[in-house]
Amino acid sequence: MHAKFLSAFIALLTLLSPCMTQATPNIQHWTTAQGTRVYFVRTEGLPMVDLHVVFAAGSVYDGTQHGVASLTSALLDSGAGKWNADDIAQRLESVGAVMETSVSKDTGSLYLRSLTDPDKLNVAVGTLHAILTKPLFTAEDFERQKRQALLSLQEKEESPGNLAEVIYTKAIYGDHPYGHPTDGEIGTVTQLTRNDLVKFYQRYYVAANAMVAIVGDLARADAETLVERLLAGLPQGAPAEILPTVAEPLAATTVKQFFPSTQTHVLIGEPVLVYNDPDYFPLYVGNHILGGSGLVARITQEVREKRGLSYSASSYFSPRADKGPFTMRLQTRNEQTDKALKVIMETANKFIADGPTDKELEAAKQNLVGGFVLRIDNNRKIAEYVATIGFYGLPLDYLHTFTAKVQSVTVADIVKSFKTRVDPARFQTVLVGGAVGK
Amino acid sequence: MKISVKISGLMLGLPLLAIAGQFEVSEFKLDNGLKVLVKEDHRAPVVVSQVWYRIGSSYEHDGITGISHMLEHMMFKGTEHHPAGEFSRIIAANGGSENAFTGEDFTAYFQSLEKSRLEVSFKLEADRMRYLKLDEVEFAKEREVVLEERRLRTEDQPRDKTMELFMALAFSNGPYKNPVIGWPEDIKEYTLSDLQKWYRQWYAPNNATVVVVGDVQPEAVHDLAQKYFGVLAPSRLPKLKSRTELDQTGLRRMIVKRPAKLPFLVMGYKVPVLKGTVKEWEPYALEVLTGILDGGNGARLPSRLVRGKEIAAEANVGYNLYSRLPTLLTIEAVPAQGHDTATLEQALREEIRQLLEKPVTSEELAQVKAQVVAHKVYEQDSGFYQAMELGMLETVGLSWSKAEEYVDKIKAVTPEQVQAVARKYLVEDRLSIAYLDPLLITDGTTTAETLLEDTHAR
Repeated sequence: MHAKFLSAFIALLTLLSPCMTQATPNIQHWTTAQGTRVYFVRTEGLPMVDLHVVFAAGSVYDGTQHGVASLTSALLDSGAGKWNADDIAQRLESVGAVMETSVSKDTGSLYLRSLTDPDKLNVAVGTLHAILTKPLFTAEDFERQKRQALLSLQEKEESPGNLAEVIYTKAIYGDHPYGHPTDGEIGTVTQLTRNDLVKFYQRYYVAANAMVAIVGDLARADAETLVERLLAGLPQGAPAEILPTVAEPLAATTVKQFFPSTQTHVLIGEPVLVYNDPDYFPLYVGNHILGGSGLVARITQEVREKRGLSYSASSYFSPRADKGPFTMRLQTRNEQTDKALKVIMETANKFIADGPTDKELEAAKQNLVGGFVLRIDNNRKIAEYVATIGFYGLPLDYLHTFTAKVQSVTVADIVKSFKTRVDPARFQTVLVGGAVGK
Repeated sequence: MKISVKISGLMLGLPLLAIAGQFEVSEFKLDNGLKVLVKEDHRAPVVVSQVWYRIGSSYEHDGITGISHMLEHMMFKGTEHHPAGEFSRIIAANGGSENAFTGEDFTAYFQSLEKSRLEVSFKLEADRMRYLKLDEVEFAKEREVVLEERRLRTEDQPRDKTMELFMALAFSNGPYKNPVIGWPEDIKEYTLSDLQKWYRQWYAPNNATVVVVGDVQPEAVHDLAQKYFGVLAPSRLPKLKSRTELDQTGLRRMIVKRPAKLPFLVMGYKVPVLKGTVKEWEPYALEVLTGILDGGNGARLPSRLVRGKEIAAEANVGYNLYSRLPTLLTIEAVPAQGHDTATLEQALREEIRQLLEKPVTSEELAQVKAQVVAHKVYEQDSGFYQAMELGMLETVGLSWSKAEEYVDKIKAVTPEQVQAVARKYLVEDRLSIAYLDPLLITDGTTTAETLLEDTHAR
């Protein structure tokens, strides 16, 4: 009875697919005179706009000053032009706008959400323009923000999960610029000066190193004007430099650190995946089956559902400009750490050796294809996709071709891509918790 | 997976709370007592479906704390018609995503799906509303999962542990004193028959609300609901005991010692909420007060204490006016470098004193209101959020129409009203305070062992 039930809905899905392609957003793309790439999607229905300004200004460009990218980003809205932090916050809040700055390994980003009402949007864009082009980095703001950054680094040391993350990142990347924490380390942040931030800002927050994603109820001409206003006066500069290539680990290593916690956190993996990778879809679909699809994934089934060993057990790829990690993770009470580690490794080894069954692949495709509309069902999600497509230079039809690419993946593709790209002989395993003797 | 505790975190804070009437809500009630709310949003061909039950940790008594959350986990473990795990497999095969959450006042299950799949959700949810099969073996494993969840979210998190103990200090006999996930000893001692009893007692159409938001037609949703949920028998629900919290008669304090790096403090004043209040403007005035203190980077605490005096590294105010029972207005804060929790407490209480003494300025009030109006629009970008607010309001016994009144009620709040609620409720006799006193974390030594050498490097 269950099988019948399922197939009826699969038939429905096929009937519906033309409609679903229609709903996929069309990305308009242009480049400003200063060399900034712009990606725009018009959505109607809500009088609002989401905007991301993304620079290649992530922690990968820290050099030896780990944490400089993060602190630069955190300080941007502390003062700009003739306004201090209170003025900036009050200007944005008085028009109901939301502004956030963030950094990742690859990027330094500013996000703005505003109403499209011109009076409000103008205030929001004018404020963001000052933050982008005239940040003050006053000595007082710098010292305060640095003290806060140092406290937040200390706070991370309270958590075995965060500590495991730091050790894992170092284990898989070694001395590569991906290898240090995005927020830096206490030792390096202590050394930072205001001048370091100014230099970082001047080098990386420039037009030729920027891209803008806009999603909302704006006409194309208005979007163009908005971008011109936003970036006016931002020096052209140059794109960020090319970084050394990630070297994969030579051998499997286990790193253990004691922490006085009731659980031990386990992270296992290695650097694997870039955006635009030819193996992207086989690896992505394969991982969906292995550990990326919640309760139905193999790892969750083996670790949690069958054995009750962990609340969350999963695996994922984090693609980046250069090889981003393939990671498997779980946490479990200290006494059963070895057992849980064994189960997750056996599950991975078996998957890498044999790949998924035909039935598993079919189920994964049903989920990814049938659920595609959920990935782009609101402005926020569309804006995030557009920013990723723009920053990493993915094809503009990425969303249009997504389901077809998923459909074309075969069991043989998954087996081949996992065997060649995901190698347990290079896995770095990190254990942090009470299972590790003092 | 299943998110459980701290669901209030999703809803708290002024800017997040608002909803508008741009899209119509349709309301139906089936003969068996099930309420169905439908909100159309035709921007994308998707639907979110949520089933809300009036059951949560505030319904529990001592000895079985956390059982509502344990039952939420067991709801994925099979019925007479579908074996354990099949629910999730069917939803996945239909392109859906799903989860569930338990709070103090509710337990809810949800799926997000392409719009034509709503029937899949209704069929499965109706099945587990009445036909759950509780199995001893599945239960034994899932109890371990819940204990792992507790270790992850509470035991190994010094601030969350402090919050848990703080709630137990602030409330004497009211049910909010117990954590949503339950005390560990209780989790270890539930029996299958405890669960069975809890399920039979509370999982019934006349104790549930189905909320659907998306690209759907209300009549069609009603017909589907009638088809699948309409056939289920209602239950006789027990009358809930009031368990009204005793009046607090003086300041309460505690110190929590845990391995941690930074001190932390939490303060909470006992305040009324919309449900059960006589003066309806008071909770809205408290909501505005929350925004004045912490409604954005320009609000008083970030501007005066994080910047300004630089006494706090962070300071967050929480208040949920949609709670079922009177609750706490909380301030959680971390002292800045060079300051201790006592200095920080003084500075926070000085901010409270100023609210008592002087009305807030009209500029501050305008700022809070501007944010509320804008967020009313932003929230419509998320069908999930809209469904959450409707479901929560119905489940705590307020009407969903409160969501539509929100902006106007906030707009009507005056500086004098903010001052009046501050004077009435933010007083020492209603206050509880906990300090987290960090114990040294012994530095572990890191060891590395190379297992395999010189294997194929690239």
